[in-house]
Order: sequence, then structure tokens, then C-alpha cells
Amino acid sequence: MTGPGALTALPAVQPRRVPATVWIGGAVVAVIVAAALGSFVWTPWSPLYTDVAHRSVGLFTAGHVLGTDLRGRDVLTLLMVGARTTLWVGVVAVGIAAVVGTPLGILAGMARRGPAEFLMRVTDLWLAFPALLMALILAAVFGGSVTTSMVAIGVATVPAFVRVVRAGTRQVMTSEFVAAARVAGRSGPAIAVRHVLPNVAPLVIVQASVAYAIAILAEASLSFLGLGAGPTTPSWGRMLYEAQPALSFQPWMMLWPGLAVLAAVLAFNLLGDGLRDRLDPRLAGR
Amino acid sequence: MAWQVLRRCGIFLLSALAASVVVFLLLSVLGDPARTALGTGATDEAVAALRVQMGLDRSLLVQYLDWIGGALHGDFGTSYVTRAPIGPQLADRLSVTLWLVVGAMVLAVLIAVPLGVLAAVKAGRPAGNVLSAVSQLGVAVPAFLAGLLLVSVFAVGLGWLPANGYVVPADDPGGFLAHMLLPWVSLGAIQGAVLTRYVRSAVLDELGKDYLRTVRAKGLTRTQAVLRHGLRNAAVPVLTVLGVQLVTILIGAVVVEWVFVIPGVGSWLADSVSRRDLLAVQAIVLTVVVLALLVSFVVDVLASVVDPRLRTDRTA
Repeated sequence: MTGPGALTALPAVQPRRVPATVWIGGAVVAVIVAAALGSFVWTPWSPLYTDVAHRSVGLFTAGHVLGTDLRGRDVLTLLMVGARTTLWVGVVAVGIAAVVGTPLGILAGMARRGPAEFLMRVTDLWLAFPALLMALILAAVFGGSVTTSMVAIGVATVPAFVRVVRAGTRQVMTSEFVAAARVAGRSGPAIAVRHVLPNVAPLVIVQASVAYAIAILAEASLSFLGLGAGPTTPSWGRMLYEAQPALSFQPWMMLWPGLAVLAAVLAFNLLGDGLRDRLDPRLAGR
Repeated sequence: MAWQVLRRCGIFLLSALAASVVVFLLLSVLGDPARTALGTGATDEAVAALRVQMGLDRSLLVQYLDWIGGALHGDFGTSYVTRAPIGPQLADRLSVTLWLVVGAMVLAVLIAVPLGVLAAVKAGRPAGNVLSAVSQLGVAVPAFLAGLLLVSVFAVGLGWLPANGYVVPADDPGGFLAHMLLPWVSLGAIQGAVLTRYVRSAVLDELGKDYLRTVRAKGLTRTQAVLRHGLRNAAVPVLTVLGVQLVTILIGAVVVEWVFVIPGVGSWLADSVSRRDLLAVQAIVLTVVVLALLVSFVVDVLASVVDPRLRTDRTA
């Protein structure tokens, strides 16, 4: 083909490659999910059993693969059951944030200038109450518990979704297929559901992954302060809370729960970053 | 410019007002200060009597105006749990927390700007990849975990630094630094890692632009071009992130103060929450949120000082 308009320099189509970060993040998340689900069927020991004869022992001692904590509970068991708390808090918190934040974001992106401006100002104000602060407020009002943490973290994460979804919505609204739908007489809500929602869904998924990491951090911090999971609810943050008094003579007590929190946060961050690169190649490597 | 500052000032004042209403509603209306102060075992009569004593039987508007009017004069009332006035304690503890937060922020910037620029200039090469990976790891470390780790190594293991406590800087500057070093690192290094990623991304954005190619053509090396021209342009998005991060650091101070037993606002907030001292929590949260809003106001103004293009604000 020659002549004006010939497609000579069309870039080669990039193979749809999944970034390595998605694989690594995904693998770690899969291990955590497997540990959490597995703990319903089998754990090395009972999570509440205290091996009084073998308190705070090290690796591979008396049948405790990762040793025991100060009260003699099996560390591996606590980590597995604790994974449930971590994942569950994340699911509920991110669920609340996505379910409330996505429609609000679409609304802010489609609304006229005045109402949209108002919504964004409310979002700005909302952002002044980050997850941990919101959780502390609700813990003061209702008492600290896993439920309080989940709800507080979820509510505090809403504005992050509103912002991301609004930006995506505004982009979709300038596209020709939305203009065509308008001309065809589709109503606002119909456009929101048929055209905007499917197009901002990838953004929501990426944001969910990042928000999940933040939720895990917030829950661990809260439980570490003794304001989240109670004494009978195994949680990684709670394990760190119980390990803190022993910091001066048994610093390794915090190693396993600390590593678990670290791995989980890292995994969800990697997953989010990788998915973002995959969905928006322009941002790759940023 | 003056009009811009005035406008942003107005936004700040309105936001602070709205935030104070939210804080009041969350803690005084959602919560029940009288019942919480007396505990679950209290009789209804006792709770009702305390409600009258605390002024909770008045209309919400009167209660709010009474509270916010006092707060503006630094009078946050007297805690019904500790029986101590809240205002003076807030001022004392705030100065401690500000030392912690400002030190951590300075450290974060000192880490992030050179590393972020380096990571951007070396992007795609081994050095850049290593820097990105390290900052990625740093982002995932909770501040309290870093604190616990640092204590176990440098205080418990090596015995170089005190494990916890606080010394007033005017009394003993050396002791103050020794006590603050580990808290600063645990809070600042992690925020530095977060910030490194933003600096890298902002510098990368600028690297592709025409003006940088022009100054390169005029004979500047890549590094010179970035340092003299790129940084100023990259500074605006980084400044904005810095403002958001200061809030994160302020909140992060809660756990770090808890780990290091520092008598700041953060450890007081955690204590007050576990004591269910709603009046104290209300005062602390208001202070933290208003501080956060103040920071973002200052950042906005600073951004328009750094980047004259932001001064007209026609596009917003």
C-alpha cells in the first residue's frame, strides 16, 4: 500500500503480557487466602489451646513448627486463623468503600458543575478523616472491635473511590459512544449503568486492590493498639500487641506476625500496581 | 495572587468549620458521653443527672456553639474520666508531636528527593529498578513494625539508643535527639519510601518534555537538566503529595508514639479511646483534622508560589 494515508508506521501490537508483579502479588495473596480457608478445615493445633509446658519456644519445638507465643499458643495456627481476620476486614471495608464510593463517583462525574463541585468538597473534607483516625473515633464511641474497625476503615476509604471513579467517569462522558447514547435518547441513569460503569470498572478493581492493602495496615495498627480484635480473636495485629511487652527479652515474637502483615500489604500493592500497568499501559513503570 | 490566597483561606475556614461539625456530631451525638463516662453499670437516673451536669440536655446547636466557642479559646472542657482540664494538656502534648512529625517529614524529604530523582534518571536500568523495589518494600512496612524492629535491634540488641521515653529538648538537647532518632526513622523512612515513588513518577513525567530536550540541546547534561529545570516542575505534584502525607504522618504518630511511649497527642488519643474519654477524643480529633486542613491550605499556597501557572486558576 502506498499513497497518502497509508498505514505504514503502525506500531506493532503489543502482546498482552501480564506483568510479573501481578504474578508475585497474586501468588502471595493466594497463599494467604489458602491459609485462611484452610484454617476452617485444619490447623496444626487448636487456636485457643495453650501449651503451658512449652511457652514461647522457638522453631520446630514440641510439634510447634513456628514455635509458640508467650501464653503457649501455636504461632502457625494463630497466623492461619489470623489471616481470616485480615482478609475479612479487608473484604468488608473495601466492599463498603466500593459500593458507596462508585455510585457517588459516577454521580460526581456526570452531575452538573454546581452539585459536582459540592460533592467534591464533601469528599475533600471526608479525606481529612483517614482510616485509622475514623477507626479511633468509632472505637471511642462504640468500643473497639473487629466490626467497628471494618466499618470505620470502609467509611474512611469511600472518598478514594469517589475521586478515582469521578476522574474515569469524566473521561468516559467525553467519548463518542456516550454522545451517541445521548442522541439516541438514553437517560442519565441508563448511560451510567450501560456505558459508564463497565468502563470505570477496571479503575475500581485497581483501587480495590490498593485500598485492601491500606485496610490491612489500618486493622493491624488498630489491633496493635489493643483497639481492634479482642483477646479471643486471633489477628496479626493482636499478635504484635501481645508480643510488645516481650520486646526487650524475646524480640523474635513479633517476627512472624510482622512478616505476615508486611507480605500481605506488599502483595496487594504489587497486585494493584501490576493491574494498573496492565489496564493503562501509559502508566507502566510509574 | 492575593485574591487566590484569600479564596483558599476562605475554603480552609469553611472546611475547618464543617469538620468541627462532623467531629461534634460523630462524638457527641453518635456517642453518649454521659453513659460512656459512667460505664455500662450506671443507673438511668445517674446518667440523666450527669447529662444535665454536662449540659447534654440542651439543644444540639447550643451544645455545639458552647463547645466550639470554648475550643477557639483553647478551652476544651474537663475530662469526665480523668477529671483533668483538656486544653492545657493538649497544648503540651501537641508540641511533642510536632517535634516528632516535623523531624520525620524532614527525614522523609531528605530521603525521597535524591533517591526519587536517581530512580527516575536511572529508570529501566539496574540501579533504578533496585531503588524502585526498595521503595515498594518500604511502602508496605507499617510504621509501628518499623519501630518495633528498630527498638529490638538498636535499643535491645545493640544498646546504642534508648528504647522509649521522651526528653524535653530545652532540658537536654543530646538526650532529646537520642530519644527521637528511632521514632523519626520509623516514621520518616517509611514516608520517605512512599514519597520516593511520587518524586520518581513526577520527575519521569518531566523527563519526556520538550523544554528538557531544549536545555539538553543547549549543552546541559541529563543530571544538570533535571536538577536545574526538572525539579522545579516536578515539585508541584510532589508538594501536594507531601501535604497529604503530613496527614498520614500525623496519624502514624499515634502508633509510633505508642511504641516509643512518647507523651504526644497520638499516644494520648490511643489512651483516651481505650478509656472511652469522648470529650478528650473530640478535642484531639478536632485538633488533628484542623491541623491537616491547615497543612493542605499552606501546601496549596506554596504550590502556586513554586508554579506561577497555578496562580490564575482559570481551568479549575
